[in-house]
Amino acid sequence: MTDGPALVKCLVWDLDNTLWQGTLLEDGEIRLPDAVRATLATLDSRGILNSIASKNDHDHAWARLEELGVAEYFVCPAIGWGPKSDSVRTVAKTLDFALGAIAFVDDQPAERAEVTFHLPEVRCYTAEEVISLVDRPEFDPGTVTSDARGRREMYQARFRREAEQAAFTGPTEEFLRSLELWMRIQRASGDDLSRVHELTLRTSQMNATGVPYADAELRALLDDPRHEVLVTSMGDRFGSHGAVGVTLLAKSERVWHLKLLATSCRVVSFGAGTVILNWLTDEAARAGVHLIADFRRTARNRMMDIAYRFAGFDEQDCACRATLPPAAAEPAVERLHLVPTPRPAPELVALTAPGLAGAGPVSADAYGRG
Amino acid sequence: MTTQPVTGAVPSADSVESQLLAHLEERTRTVVAPEQDLFATGVVSSLFAMELVVHLESTYDVSIVGSDLKQDNFRSVRRMTELVLRLRAGDA
Repeated sequence: MTDGPALVKCLVWDLDNTLWQGTLLEDGEIRLPDAVRATLATLDSRGILNSIASKNDHDHAWARLEELGVAEYFVCPAIGWGPKSDSVRTVAKTLDFALGAIAFVDDQPAERAEVTFHLPEVRCYTAEEVISLVDRPEFDPGTVTSDARGRREMYQARFRREAEQAAFTGPTEEFLRSLELWMRIQRASGDDLSRVHELTLRTSQMNATGVPYADAELRALLDDPRHEVLVTSMGDRFGSHGAVGVTLLAKSERVWHLKLLATSCRVVSFGAGTVILNWLTDEAARAGVHLIADFRRTARNRMMDIAYRFAGFDEQDCACRATLPPAAAEPAVERLHLVPTPRPAPELVALTAPGLAGAGPVSADAYGRG
Repeated sequence: MTTQPVTGAVPSADSVESQLLAHLEERTRTVVAPEQDLFATGVVSSLFAMELVVHLESTYDVSIVGSDLKQDNFRSVRRMTELVLRLRAGDA
């Protein structure tokens, strides 16, 4: 799959004579072919977003999409009278996608040419090509994770959340409180791993080591009683953010070694990294072990450095350091150390998490005796 | 950053403190007292922490690294003011 063309992450549709047959303002009557409806549904189920760039009256066109029962498929539609290149650019910007991840379909050669002229990275398709789009490799992500299937709803939730935040004039903390944030930390299953792998690739700012773990590497650790592979998901009353964090922990008698901590930038302003570190610190305090975290400085992860320091990790020497296998020299990995103390539960985030200390996990025992 | 970096003479504690109070009030949309514990609710995100560090560094032309980079130094406006003054004095 990596050798194929770059995947399309969002398809931007023209409406008249592309999505539907007919011209809304002239014909009044328009028809949505079943094959087009099926294309929308298939792309949506693969986690590819659908949007709109149409020259029409917004309210009129949107009402018609609702009647046809397909309005819910579309995110950030651009329906108006401006140039389509502007509409496509706006969609890409709103979604924070590179233009190379955007495709545009329109029956009018002049509209495709206008988009291509201003945005050469955007891939353009004709209306005749619509029904075969799903067979093209650039529209086929291969494995589809549960997060990918729910991607459109996540974006829709995000837009509602952002609109509410923009309208909220009270204190920032009151807004966070109003979100009814929740976080769930779980031991990863095999199904979670493709999401985890994706996360380690994409989380450059909040990745403690900048090392993307390979799927197979993490899979092997799932069954290793000395390791905990933890997946964090987060959400609020608007909906779920899906999987937003991965933690890899090697447990031994005296020290828990945090080999990887990465959280998505989508949730960094909700305190995700802070809550996870707080929870780990509290669990380690219960288990009576020290914590050592691997940190490798990259050009982009200073935020992670600050998160560790603010959580109390430092360079302090300790006998527990000698019990770990030597750190990689190249690239240089720093090991930050913490003597954990009990921490209160987070105030603004409802947290559910497994107990890592004590009798629950077999792992601590297995390593201690082994 | 809208504030020009402060170079040259060591700024006064009063001016740093009032500038920081104004910055935090704008950022959190609440009235902040000089000794108020900013981390009391446990919701200070990594993003906010980084913004604080970068704000102090760029506004007061200091570099905050190593053992200075700990939560205690950022717990309140007063603590941050002390940190800035200490780092500036070290420069001079």
